[in-house]
Amino acid sequence: MGVECGFYQGSTNCCGCPETIAVRNILEVAGKKTVVVNATSCLEIVSSQYPHTSWGVNYIHGAFENASAIASGVSLALENMGKKGNVIAIAGDGGTLDIGLQALSGSLERGDKICFVCLDNNAYMNTGIQRSSATPFGAWTTTSPHGRFSIGKEEWKKPIMEIVSSHRTPYSATASIGFITDLKEKVRKALEKGNLPSFIHVECPCPLGWKFDPSKTVEIAKLAVETGMWILYEIDNGNFRITKPVEKRKPVKEYLRTQGRFSHLFKSGNEGVIKKIQEQVDSEWGKLLKLSGQK
Amino acid sequence: MTKKILEGSHAIAEAVKLCDPGVVAAYPITPQTHIIERLSEMVADGEFKTKFSRAESEHSAMSICLGAQASGIRTFTASASQGVALMHEVLYNVSGMRLPVVMAVANRSLASPLNIWCDWSDTFAERDSGWMQFYCESAQEAFDTIIQAYKIAENPNVSLPAMVCIDGFILSHVYEPVDIADKKLVRKFLPEYRGRKIDFDKPVTQGAWAGPDYFQAFKRDQHEAMRNAKDVIRRTNSEFKRISGRGYGSGLIETYNMESADYAIVTMGSLCGTIRHVIKEKNIRDMGLVKIKSFRPFPIGEIKKALNGVKSIGVLEKNISPGLGGALCYEIRGLTRKRSVSAFVGGLGGRDVKMEDILNVFDDIREEKRGLIWV
Amino acid sequence: MERKITKAGVTSKPTIGLKKSGWRTFRPIITENCKGCGICVMHCPEGCIRIDNKKAKVDYDYCKGCLICANVCAFNAINGEVEK
Repeated sequence: MGVECGFYQGSTNCCGCPETIAVRNILEVAGKKTVVVNATSCLEIVSSQYPHTSWGVNYIHGAFENASAIASGVSLALENMGKKGNVIAIAGDGGTLDIGLQALSGSLERGDKICFVCLDNNAYMNTGIQRSSATPFGAWTTTSPHGRFSIGKEEWKKPIMEIVSSHRTPYSATASIGFITDLKEKVRKALEKGNLPSFIHVECPCPLGWKFDPSKTVEIAKLAVETGMWILYEIDNGNFRITKPVEKRKPVKEYLRTQGRFSHLFKSGNEGVIKKIQEQVDSEWGKLLKLSGQK
Repeated sequence: MTKKILEGSHAIAEAVKLCDPGVVAAYPITPQTHIIERLSEMVADGEFKTKFSRAESEHSAMSICLGAQASGIRTFTASASQGVALMHEVLYNVSGMRLPVVMAVANRSLASPLNIWCDWSDTFAERDSGWMQFYCESAQEAFDTIIQAYKIAENPNVSLPAMVCIDGFILSHVYEPVDIADKKLVRKFLPEYRGRKIDFDKPVTQGAWAGPDYFQAFKRDQHEAMRNAKDVIRRTNSEFKRISGRGYGSGLIETYNMESADYAIVTMGSLCGTIRHVIKEKNIRDMGLVKIKSFRPFPIGEIKKALNGVKSIGVLEKNISPGLGGALCYEIRGLTRKRSVSAFVGGLGGRDVKMEDILNVFDDIREEKRGLIWV
Repeated sequence: MERKITKAGVTSKPTIGLKKSGWRTFRPIITENCKGCGICVMHCPEGCIRIDNKKAKVDYDYCKGCLICANVCAFNAINGEVEK
């Protein structure tokens, strides 16, 4: 790790940050012939404070919503120069699902040769834990706090994988820092020339924003998959496959219980919310099992 | 050298083809559409080998140019009005990152109300963005300025992006004879892009964020680069004149009839053509024209010198800063000490500025009329 | 006078300069149970664990003391100690 994978020590991320875990492992697969285009996000802020930089690969930061478009420009330039290399756009959930959605859609539609990685920590963490469309139902954030008239976020998570796959992207997959080998394999596939443009959606449990002890980052990522709150699958040139099947899912309660952002759901009167979440997870699983040809 | 009858937009397209940017990314908006349509035809026919990206918005179009330029490729885009407004933040990114992107702007008003005709509100809104701005009077000038803009922008002492502005419809859609420079000539004048290129063995970080202790230094550098640009613009103009026979004043400003003038009118763009015509037709001796070609960097010294001998001045502009008046007028007022500077705002939203209007403006300048005068 | 900056703020050498050791509440201690499997290396957010001579070694200059390494270790070979 460290020097070899293109992301040096000394970045100012929080203790227990999942994003740097993801980035180090992604860069280990991508190698030095890589250009990273980063949207304004936690990752960008912790790694590129002038005059320091944590990046051992070429790195470009532009604005918040255009990681995808800038990456498209880089890939066209490399093509023009006859240089072969990976172009990886990295953005948070805000820079992918919300403000970045237009640029992402444009790049995917044009078929620009980029790999887009969404590091999803479920909120606009960089600016202080504000709600995004990727925030899960019932979660507390600073702009969707629970209160007398609110249970937290009242909308379901935006189905970005469905949006991306409907662009007929050659390769798209969900991944998690709780399953690094699976993540690395997906990155490898996503960077294959024939699979571009590709999209990887990485679950990144954030100790500060989700309110849990920093040592539990990887444990919670694993629990998300074990409860079905996060499903690991890939759509490889039309072939849908669940890469981490879960025989007997743990109840979602076990996942929700570990994080302070859901603690209000355990107060009396909010049982209905947990029930709704369980039903939604069950229904998602059913849908995906069907897509993968299983019952 | 070939001579063709071309629209302003097509003249720009021809110039871009000769400058050979490796990536062109654009989104259509009236009245710039003919520029990118002509470029698309050239690409489809193999006349112009470039990576043409049909961006899904102007914000993305400029972002694609940012990415490509940061990777080491010459780029081009074009826009107008709402598109320029939409890419506003990326304009600051591009100039802050010191990337010499060249953009053609077919000046058009900003909604609301929606209007597709000419005024300068789109580029005036970007005058602090750190982009150089050149305003053209004719299709020929637009052609010549695109080529010069790349050379100026890519100069290592400058490294700033440039906008080449033409009045929407008035120049973009009107046919004029244009001398198309020879490819060899342009290639010699404007060699391949030599800016920083992506090197996998020597990776760099671009676009880092800067805290309060460093940010101001970046801005100061940008400002110094803009000031350096003035000299580069002059030299580029002279060099271009040597090889093509066409120069535009000093490159920063042009004057007409100022030798014996008692009064001066200051303006930019196609209005200059109208004014020249009026002065010539009506045989006017006491009025001269100071045409500002380079709005940014603003040629303070040269304008002051040009206005030295006159009694009073008028500034005619196609823009209004509500609550103040015309922005250009106030920039000029700062240079003219005690003399009267009459303020004229007209032509907004494509409003026709006729010969009679110009003659009335001249009279008002002679009378040193006060207050904001709407043409 | 403002500080000097590189042209356009382009930086080229990753600067391993922001040492974080002062922030720690806990520190991970590798015990003799360590088999050098590298799971902790793969999961360290700071990239500050290396396998040296088949044993994990923590670079305490950059360790922030999150203790993810202790959490993921398959052999219970890492303990968390309160930083002195």
